[in-house]
Amino acid sequence: MSEAAQHQLIVSVSPHIKSEETVSQIMWTVSAALLPAFLASAYFFGPRGLIVQLVTIASCLAFEAFSQKVVNKPVTLSDGSAFLTGLLLAFNLPANIPLYVPIVGSFVAISITKHLFGGLGYNIFNPALVGRAFVLISWPRQMTTWMAPVSSFTSVDVVSQATPLNVAKLDGMAKLLEQFDGSKIQLYKSLLMGQISGSLGETSALLILIGGLFLLFKKYITWHVPVPFIATVVIVALVTGNDPVFHLLAGGLMLGAFFMATDYVTGPATRRGQIVFGVMCGLLTMLIRLKGGYPEGVMFAILIMNCFAPLLDRRLRTTTFGAVKKKEAST
Amino acid sequence: MKTGTFERGTHPPDSKEFTAAKPLVTAKVPKRVIIPLSQHIGAPCQSKVQVGDTVKKGQVVGQADAFVSAPVHATVSGKVVAIMPYPHTLGRDVPSVVIENDEKEEWVDGLTENPDYLSLDAEAMKASVRQAGIVGMGGATFPTHVKLSPPKEKKIECVILNGAECEPYLTADHRMMIEEADEVVAGLKVLMKIVGVDRGYIGIEENKPDSIKSMEEACRNEPSIEVYSLHTKYPQGAEKMLIKAIVGREVPAGGLPMDVGVVVQNIGTAVAIYEAVRYGRPLVERVVSVTGRGISEPKNLRVRIGTPLSSLIEECGGFKYDSGKVIAGGPMMGMAQSNLDAAVIKGTSGVLVLSPEESETPPHGPCIRCGRCIDVCPMGLQPAMLSVLAEAGMYEDMKEYDLMNCFECGTCAYVCPSKRPIVQWVKLAKMNLAQKK
Ligand code: SF4
Ligand code: SF4
Repeated sequence: MSEAAQHQLIVSVSPHIKSEETVSQIMWTVSAALLPAFLASAYFFGPRGLIVQLVTIASCLAFEAFSQKVVNKPVTLSDGSAFLTGLLLAFNLPANIPLYVPIVGSFVAISITKHLFGGLGYNIFNPALVGRAFVLISWPRQMTTWMAPVSSFTSVDVVSQATPLNVAKLDGMAKLLEQFDGSKIQLYKSLLMGQISGSLGETSALLILIGGLFLLFKKYITWHVPVPFIATVVIVALVTGNDPVFHLLAGGLMLGAFFMATDYVTGPATRRGQIVFGVMCGLLTMLIRLKGGYPEGVMFAILIMNCFAPLLDRRLRTTTFGAVKKKEAST
Repeated sequence: MKTGTFERGTHPPDSKEFTAAKPLVTAKVPKRVIIPLSQHIGAPCQSKVQVGDTVKKGQVVGQADAFVSAPVHATVSGKVVAIMPYPHTLGRDVPSVVIENDEKEEWVDGLTENPDYLSLDAEAMKASVRQAGIVGMGGATFPTHVKLSPPKEKKIECVILNGAECEPYLTADHRMMIEEADEVVAGLKVLMKIVGVDRGYIGIEENKPDSIKSMEEACRNEPSIEVYSLHTKYPQGAEKMLIKAIVGREVPAGGLPMDVGVVVQNIGTAVAIYEAVRYGRPLVERVVSVTGRGISEPKNLRVRIGTPLSSLIEECGGFKYDSGKVIAGGPMMGMAQSNLDAAVIKGTSGVLVLSPEESETPPHGPCIRCGRCIDVCPMGLQPAMLSVLAEAGMYEDMKEYDLMNCFECGTCAYVCPSKRPIVQWVKLAKMNLAQKK
């Protein structure tokens, strides 16, 4: 009894055990899934690509710390979310971008899109995508002057080159195929392996896909967003008589479907909501790609759908256990 | 053997290794027992004794006229030394009868064995159950005779015994199914007779192969009873999930098992029912797992109801650390205790002692809308929305998200990577809404 009396009792509400998983673990794992694509971009674009990556990540971390300091919140750089935003933003930039652009983009992403809305969990829009959209509108020329990959075998022009989506849009598929000796297979292969011009992360569909599959395997994301998204793009391409494989592999679809549209905070949390979200992202992407003013539509499609995520969660509720039967019973 | 499960749910480490292999032992009977006048859901009992009275083991010390209630009995023979509010494992102090043990262990008069108990009629059996003060011993503490009295329009088709014991750590039912298999089956047969059905099931999680084997053997000659193995998944032992797993029916939201023709009883309850109907014995003891990293010698104890938690801690070699949580019940739904004078009641299935590190509450962060809680909620709710609304104090809006269907199982809060105290908020919201009424 005396021993029991000395024992200090800790009291709290159940449950008294919690899973090991933490938010920072999730963020760092998603970042790790982008590692292959990160290394590839460093390989394809050389030191210049690496510098853009590092500057973007460092700026995002700096703005995160700054924004949290300003409102006297604890600084949470170690949770990995700002790092991940930096990584994703950099993936959306060309390798030869002047370095003030990623710095401004990081500010817009972290300080405005994320912290002005209340910080992690409260932002409506995907920070990396808003950052990208802002710099695209502010510096359209710099943002669309793409450096061809250093190790490209398909072009001698190492200074600048339009992206395949751009060429296809402005000059048509035939013109694009000329760059690849008229071989579709050659085009697909280049898209898959990353031997094309584009933003740092847009280049290799294959490596992004590997990262995405890793996240699926780890159950950090599920099929409910990426599969409907990608399937819709392919189906729309087929229906409209466009090349589905090209639309699948070109541009930022893989990155968008696996890493941007799956962002927890800015997408729906219910599975039904996620499926609709994915389909709508796919439709909007193709609408912009085929009819819009920009060659690539993934970014704007996801941003538009971000607005609808809370609504989807409210409208496409889960079904409460026993709810259906209750209805039957009362009718 | 058939197997089954329910949708969603999660897999916390089962942590049964502390006591799974430990046979039941009878705990020392304490010098004083504390008999709370409310150990069940329903009307609290009125004291039927006075300070100074001499009582015998099994004598009624508290009773209520209401149907939804259960009498409480002296669990030792001795003298009533106080009737006063006393710390209770479920929170607030509760008026309790304190009895000093004279160590004579004299049973109350008039308890007679009826070896031919199975030929009693259902009403007589039910009366015995009621007199014995039996309530749901898995923790729900709902008076058993009420559950066994469905209104006429509800046709009962089967009885399910709940041997899932899905709460991590706890092994009370596990051990009973091994050591008292015949009594469990006898209790089930009484239950089937009372509600007039010829179909009985015993559902056991796969992590207890020895219990499954033992129950199968005990049911060898019982064609009307079927042992069901259930996936080891929390909260498999919640009534609605258990029914879904075994008979495939969904209890309507806001409804009861009887709405789908099922009566569910706990393993320990079945044994108590058998003893009440055959021997006329009131509920005076139960099995309690005393377990966890914070206790020196984890044990499965047969404990007199009214034994202070501190005596059980002592019986198990005392605490290993000088701080930690002491939980009445399991880690998912049990209640952390602030006073070890509180006594074992009819619904105390375990006393779990956590180490200081395990007792820490991790700081919680914002909801990142990851959806994990939605994926696991056995009731198909959106705990993420409940948590966000509760945090903002928007309790009314939580009703829109079926707040009242949440049975506080804790699955959502267990998986949340942001460590959000969702159950705490749900409880707070329900309390707030109840006050407003
Ligand atoms: S598990 Fe936690 S962080 Fe994830 S959606 Fe649910 S409440 Fe939000
Ligand atoms: S505590 Fe409530 S909301 Fe959470 S999982 Fe259990 S039933 Fe669902």
